Amino acid sequence: MGRYLAVRFGQGLVTLVLASMVVFAGVRALPGDPALALAGEEATPETVAAIRARLGLDGSLVEQYLRFLGSALTGDLGESTRTGTPVTELIATTLPVTGWLSLYAIVVAVVAGMAAGTLAAVYRGRGADLAVSGLSLVSLSVPNFWLGLLAILYLAVGLGLFPASGYVAVGEDPLRALWHLTLPALILGTGLAAIVMRQTRASMVDTLTADFVRTARAKGVSRGAVVVRHALRNSLLVVLTIVGLQLGGLVSGAVVTERIFGLPGFGKLTLDSVFTRDYPVIQGVVLVVTLAYIVINLVVDVLYSVIDPRVRVAGRSQ
Amino acid sequence: MTVTETVAPPGRGERGRVLAAFLRSRSGVAGAVLLAVVVLAALLAPVLAPYSPGAVHFETPFQLPRTVGFPLGTDDLGRDVLSRILFGARASLQVGLLAVALAVLVGTPLGLAAGWWRAADVVVSRLTDLTLAFPFLIIAVGLAAISGASLAGAAVALGVAQVPTMIRVVRAETLRLREREFVLAARAMDASGPRVLLTHVLPNAASSVIVQATVIMPVAVIGEALLSFLGLGIQPPDPSLGIMLSDAQQYLYRAPWAAVFPGVAIVLICLAFNLVGDALRDALAPGARR
Amino acid sequence: MSALLELRGLRVGYADERGAVTEVLHGVDLTVDRGEKVAVVGGSGSGKSTAAAAALGLLPGGGRVTGGQVRYDGEDLTAAGEARWRALRGARIGLVPQDPMSNLNPVHRVGAQIAEALTAHGLARGRAARDRAVELMAEAGIPDPARRSRQYPHEFSGGMRQRVLIAMALAAEPDLLLADEPTSALDVTVQRRILDHLAGLTEARGTAMLLITHDLALAAERADRVVVMHEGRVVETGPAGRILTAPADDYTRRLVAAAPAIGGGTRAAPAPAAPEPVLVVDGLVREFRVRGSRERVRAVDDVSFTVDAGTTTALVGESGSGKTTTARIVLGLDRPTAGTVRVGGTDPFRSSRRERAAVRRAMQPVFQDPYGSLDPTSSVARIVDEPLRVLRVGDAASRRERVTELLDAVALPAATASRRPDELSGGQRQRVAIARALAARPGLVVCDEAVSALDVLVQDQILELLTGLQRDLGVSLLFITHDLAVVGQVAHRVVVLRAGRVAEQGPVDQVVGAPAADYTRELLAAIPGGG
Repeated sequence: MGRYLAVRFGQGLVTLVLASMVVFAGVRALPGDPALALAGEEATPETVAAIRARLGLDGSLVEQYLRFLGSALTGDLGESTRTGTPVTELIATTLPVTGWLSLYAIVVAVVAGMAAGTLAAVYRGRGADLAVSGLSLVSLSVPNFWLGLLAILYLAVGLGLFPASGYVAVGEDPLRALWHLTLPALILGTGLAAIVMRQTRASMVDTLTADFVRTARAKGVSRGAVVVRHALRNSLLVVLTIVGLQLGGLVSGAVVTERIFGLPGFGKLTLDSVFTRDYPVIQGVVLVVTLAYIVINLVVDVLYSVIDPRVRVAGRSQ
Repeated sequence: MTVTETVAPPGRGERGRVLAAFLRSRSGVAGAVLLAVVVLAALLAPVLAPYSPGAVHFETPFQLPRTVGFPLGTDDLGRDVLSRILFGARASLQVGLLAVALAVLVGTPLGLAAGWWRAADVVVSRLTDLTLAFPFLIIAVGLAAISGASLAGAAVALGVAQVPTMIRVVRAETLRLREREFVLAARAMDASGPRVLLTHVLPNAASSVIVQATVIMPVAVIGEALLSFLGLGIQPPDPSLGIMLSDAQQYLYRAPWAAVFPGVAIVLICLAFNLVGDALRDALAPGARR
Repeated sequence: MSALLELRGLRVGYADERGAVTEVLHGVDLTVDRGEKVAVVGGSGSGKSTAAAAALGLLPGGGRVTGGQVRYDGEDLTAAGEARWRALRGARIGLVPQDPMSNLNPVHRVGAQIAEALTAHGLARGRAARDRAVELMAEAGIPDPARRSRQYPHEFSGGMRQRVLIAMALAAEPDLLLADEPTSALDVTVQRRILDHLAGLTEARGTAMLLITHDLALAAERADRVVVMHEGRVVETGPAGRILTAPADDYTRRLVAAAPAIGGGTRAAPAPAAPEPVLVVDGLVREFRVRGSRERVRAVDDVSFTVDAGTTTALVGESGSGKTTTARIVLGLDRPTAGTVRVGGTDPFRSSRRERAAVRRAMQPVFQDPYGSLDPTSSVARIVDEPLRVLRVGDAASRRERVTELLDAVALPAATASRRPDELSGGQRQRVAIARALAARPGLVVCDEAVSALDVLVQDQILELLTGLQRDLGVSLLFITHDLAVVGQVAHRVVVLRAGRVAEQGPVDQVVGAPAADYTRELLAAIPGGG
């Protein structure tokens, strides 16, 4: 188990280094010279050179990359070219918003998806299955930002059930924060819930027709106990993998959800930085997303080896 | 030597069986019909649309649906919602097809190689991990920043983001097939790796690739709408369902229909592919064959 | 006193998704009395496993009883509800399933899975159930049960898992044990030990047993009474001894005649007078690195043997004997760590590409699984002429001609050429695989468990075909198998492998008739109905 996780950790590290290179190279590929842009048209070459040095744009590319990596490791991701605020600070203030939103959405999606998937698998081919499967297929076909617009229009404004926008920090007032995040989290979680439901159903159907389930029933174990004790745990493995893999989609979803509900989160920071070509921020944002993806998938691997004893020997098969 | 078993009369063949199983699924048939309607509508948009998608009618903004001349109403500039949806759907399918083509053309060979050669697997899995670490929105952000937002950029971002899943599917199939005895038999004839991959592995993996393509298509269609909605995809004045939604958001309470109908169009397109894909997957499953 | 288990005119059908019902059991009568051992014998599709599933109320998917009765201890269970069945399952009727690999939940500890048989019926709880599970494992012959009960299924060998399943089935002391092919996935020596142990346990408890098997000799050896099933019907029932010696039904007679038995005589063609080796394997070694450590194991350890032209050499061994690895190396699918393989004088691992192609052409495989060895997307014609295309032999017209010729040689009608594999039966597929192997006129055909997956009657026909081809074409065979009884019928020389090493080798009469090695004797003794 230790060896397996060490290998996965090493692979994660390699991915992270590669990702940092891609980000670094991508930012250098942007058209235009940010130092010139910042200095203005009438700046002297000395001023431009000074700005260049401040932005870390002097020296060879290798030098620049190593310097970038070095300061990134010490938590220094540069400053926003637009506001001068340190990128780390910008990320620190926006990340919790997106973090809570995503966590909320994942919890909702996993609970609802697994419950619905189990229901569908147990009543396979009957009414409940058709209803749940149909709903999940429709959910997969609905763009969640459009659903968000409709929800604001009808649920928040029309019926006044939820606040249409605004954000309350979780640290300030947890209950009101939860209240404000509910509608965005539901919207963000819809697609993930549909995917979780379908995977749970498929794996559950597989497990319920497996030989060991028949053997358990031949022992006199009831159908319900078989589902809970034998099938659910196996499905949990599948769901874990899905959540890890769908993280990228969730981040993309969070960006647009935040925009629709006016949440001051990481997504908003991303979009603002793109439209203003604030590239130290873009760089930092991308690095953080990549890091989050790699760390969370590492956590999934650890959980995996806890749940499935076979993994401790052979490793997670993909 | 005597033949004790007789050979059964000719069957309908593999394709016939899959088709029969597909036609038995009601949702699959419904999806196929819906798909035909969607594709025809998009193809015939120039013929079907009452107006050009950009045609403005300043004298008639915010017309309600079912107004004479504007079956689905108009937006703030008096543009016909129906015409814009038809052309927008065309763009959606274009982006979707490009993204799927990219994912299939890049993902299939990489998946085959990764499943067959250990060295290729090491390289490909690092590349896969790397790509997965960048959400499609981030890739689109990068592309938009470098070369400006465009339909092609959106398609590339969406396609690239789907390459890892395609690799995963094809690699898994290759790993499953490489230990099958007909592949071993071919290797014992000294057939080369590429030959075995092309003659035995690819034909047997093709159905999984097709099913995966039907999964990617709706993801790409929604992705296009999302990117265009954020201003990272198709640029005005070109029609796009995402741009329509983004415009409509500004006068959401004044003209909700301008937000509702483009969304419904997206749902119908995606539902068509999802229904067909699901039924196809079931029809291709071994259980449905025997 | 009424019978313990009674199937009365039982009919079972399977409904497809459109509701059309296909009947697979057409009125089966079967009884098991208290303490009695009854065996049900039949080939695949005979309905023997369906009958067992019906007796447990666990028909899969769309299966349902369409007529007749299932009675247990005088009670009609045909219309019994789930609650009633649950009270009986495990507590009164235990199941020992077929495949020890798939019948244990991989994510639960073994001890907990045995304890579940007790807790499900409220016979014990918590610690008491776990302690009893350890005792049961000890009774089932699992060493160090206290420690092993905390392990997971993947940490057990196949034989040990089967013992776990037996412990599980006997946990609640049922009156009847349903054993559905309980040892067909295991090696013969393990099979014998486990069946002996099972017999001892059921004897001591007075448990009745219904043994489902495809092996007539095994059935006769282990049961008081044998029931022969064919295509959903019982064709014959009688005392075990009588069924073997004086079968009344025609199907049973064919089954008895086809069953390979030691001392049943050979059907192999006489070997040519002057032996000329086509395959010489010398000092073959193959090492594998153990996953996650630097340790190396020798799967094949100094194996040497020859195959002479026009004769058959059999490689015999149980799982882990190295016979499959040896076959893979001979076929060029794997490389040896040391030692040489010479085919007609050339070593394919130390020769040019052109010479290697000649070697590949001189040698072709026939594999075990008739469903896995043919590409489902190709037509039979394309499958059979593939070696010719890969090796660039002849043109399209001559290849077409050769396909017709080959199909004729394996006794398949010419029309088969345009079919796809999934339109053919298992036996027909194996004939196609043999035709493909013969396409490039190889001197040597490597048969890797080529008849092991086939029903006895089909196996008999394929063996007849192979020996006939050897007689007519003079082709040599390397015949890899776990079944010594089959070896006696087809081989000229026998090589017995154990744990990667040659335990014994020599002419067939000597090895099978007067074995020198203890291990060979053990193997022979383990064959049901033998020694």
